[in-house]
Amino acid sequence: MRYLLRKLVFYVAALWAALTLNFLIPRLMPGNPVDLMLSKLATKGPVTPTTRAAIEALLGTDTHSSLWAQYWKYLHQLVSGNLGTSIAYFPEPVSQVIGQTLPWTVGLIGLATVISFAVGILLGRAAGWRRGSWIDNLIPVTTMLQSVPYFWLALLLLFLLGSTWPVFPLNGGYDVYSVTPGWNLPFAQSIVYHGTLPALTIVISSIGGWMLGMRNMMVSTLSEDFVVTAEAKGLTPRRIRSRYVARNAILPSISGFAISLGFVVAGSIVTEAVFTYPGIGSALLLAVGNNDYALMQGVFLIITLAVLGANLLVDLLYGVIDPRTRARS
Amino acid sequence: MTLKLGVGLGIAGVIVLFGVIGPLVVGNPSTVRDMGLTGPGNGFLLGTTQTGQDVFAQLAYATRGSLIIGVVVGALTLLLSSFFGIVGAFVGGWADEAFSLFTNIMLVIPGLPLVILISSYVPNKSIWLVAAVLAITSWAGSARVLRGFTLSVRSRDYVLAAKISGEKRWRILFVEILPNLIPLLASQVVFAVIFAILGEAGLSFLGLGASGSFTWGTMLFYAQNGLALRLGAWWWFAPPGLAIALFGAALSLINFSIDEIINPKLRSQTRAERNKWSVKA
Repeated sequence: MRYLLRKLVFYVAALWAALTLNFLIPRLMPGNPVDLMLSKLATKGPVTPTTRAAIEALLGTDTHSSLWAQYWKYLHQLVSGNLGTSIAYFPEPVSQVIGQTLPWTVGLIGLATVISFAVGILLGRAAGWRRGSWIDNLIPVTTMLQSVPYFWLALLLLFLLGSTWPVFPLNGGYDVYSVTPGWNLPFAQSIVYHGTLPALTIVISSIGGWMLGMRNMMVSTLSEDFVVTAEAKGLTPRRIRSRYVARNAILPSISGFAISLGFVVAGSIVTEAVFTYPGIGSALLLAVGNNDYALMQGVFLIITLAVLGANLLVDLLYGVIDPRTRARS
Repeated sequence: MTLKLGVGLGIAGVIVLFGVIGPLVVGNPSTVRDMGLTGPGNGFLLGTTQTGQDVFAQLAYATRGSLIIGVVVGALTLLLSSFFGIVGAFVGGWADEAFSLFTNIMLVIPGLPLVILISSYVPNKSIWLVAAVLAITSWAGSARVLRGFTLSVRSRDYVLAAKISGEKRWRILFVEILPNLIPLLASQVVFAVIFAILGEAGLSFLGLGASGSFTWGTMLFYAQNGLALRLGAWWWFAPPGLAIALFGAALSLINFSIDEIINPKLRSQTRAERNKWSVKA
């Protein structure tokens, strides 16, 4: 119970820090984002007083009210769920833009991360178990792939598999011309077809890290005394590998997985830029290009929430898997 | 000196030399010529860009720019992470609690979106600002690693002995504890340098990097915008990416070697070798 409470307090503090950062950044930076936004909004259509008030509360120009008053107004605005109006997707409210783009990102990057984790852990387990085998010698190669800049790999694959040999489509999340979004088979097929190449690049560039981490933990755990005891007892190698060694070796990888799950939403920005995928990263970049500060703030908020949520979930799960963490706190 | 370390140091050394000496030898990288998109050869080692700029000259300047980012961020990360990681763990008590809370909060706040957010508010960024922002968003991970290790060193018997024999606190920290942390610090700095170069490249690729600077990322940005991919101008977009990959790979090789020094379990003794001693059934 104490463990749970400690964790909850920490995440509330982190959330507060993120919200405050989100409040302070536009106010500390040079320039006047509110005027910029309002003048851009005005070119697209009439600005209602409520919209103006919402944007002022989020980005702040109220020179006559104190910083404290502005802060309360900002928090109130967030709690009521009004994140302002987007310029880039005028006249849609920011919350709606996020609602439309988020499923794409979570679907693509989330799935790719899970696949990469599962395959990487299995390969790492094999490499650590049989050291010096061909699979172990694969490790330096996959680690090299990790230091290849991710977007460059994506560009190369896009160049080779999109332009030179057109196996995969060049961009987009589905074929806009021939299928209609909804619960139908052609749409689903189109999504899979468009998502394969981005997912492949994510898996290729991230699998090495999982493999290396798991392999090193396997190697460290193998030299523990309890493994020697298990061997002395005459247990089958298979049982030792999966029940004794891998079970202990996977623990650090699980907490790494938590962090990367949270970064599913965050890490997608560059991917989506390369593949022009209709996810939240593209929305953020479009917002940056259009000086759409309200949308930028909203996206940053959602990304932070996702990271915090994923971390909290795994922290709680970790307490169940590894009782030592509960005992320590 | 293992083979890994040798190869890593060799590749990294060549790239650093190229970044230091290259810009002194090549011509102006921004000179526009009347020969757009010519392949390698014809007096240009790596061909020309769309507007006839020398790709090789650009690569030399870009190498210098990216290395500067890497070094500055590496140094700043070292300072921040050792302050929050080592000092907090050494002092203990509420300072440790506060430092560790701060570190963990910085760790969970997503870095890249924050960098994008900050850089989108500042229209004209210098290379130093970009480096500072990258450092601020990336030190927390290594601070946590350092804290964990410092905690374990701090409670070792020889440190207690030093305390009892009346050594001063700063002396215990710098003479007794810090030398044990050096390999770990080194590998954290190497990580920070890789992270910074990749981060800056990503940022510049999105068009949010330092204005008017040459880095590997800005080269890729211009190549992408100049449709180098569609036009098949591989000599334009391949070299900067390859340079990042090679440098990153070299640094990871160096890091592997450091890891093997810190953790002898990872060294070459294999399970098969160990099993030779056991009694065969």
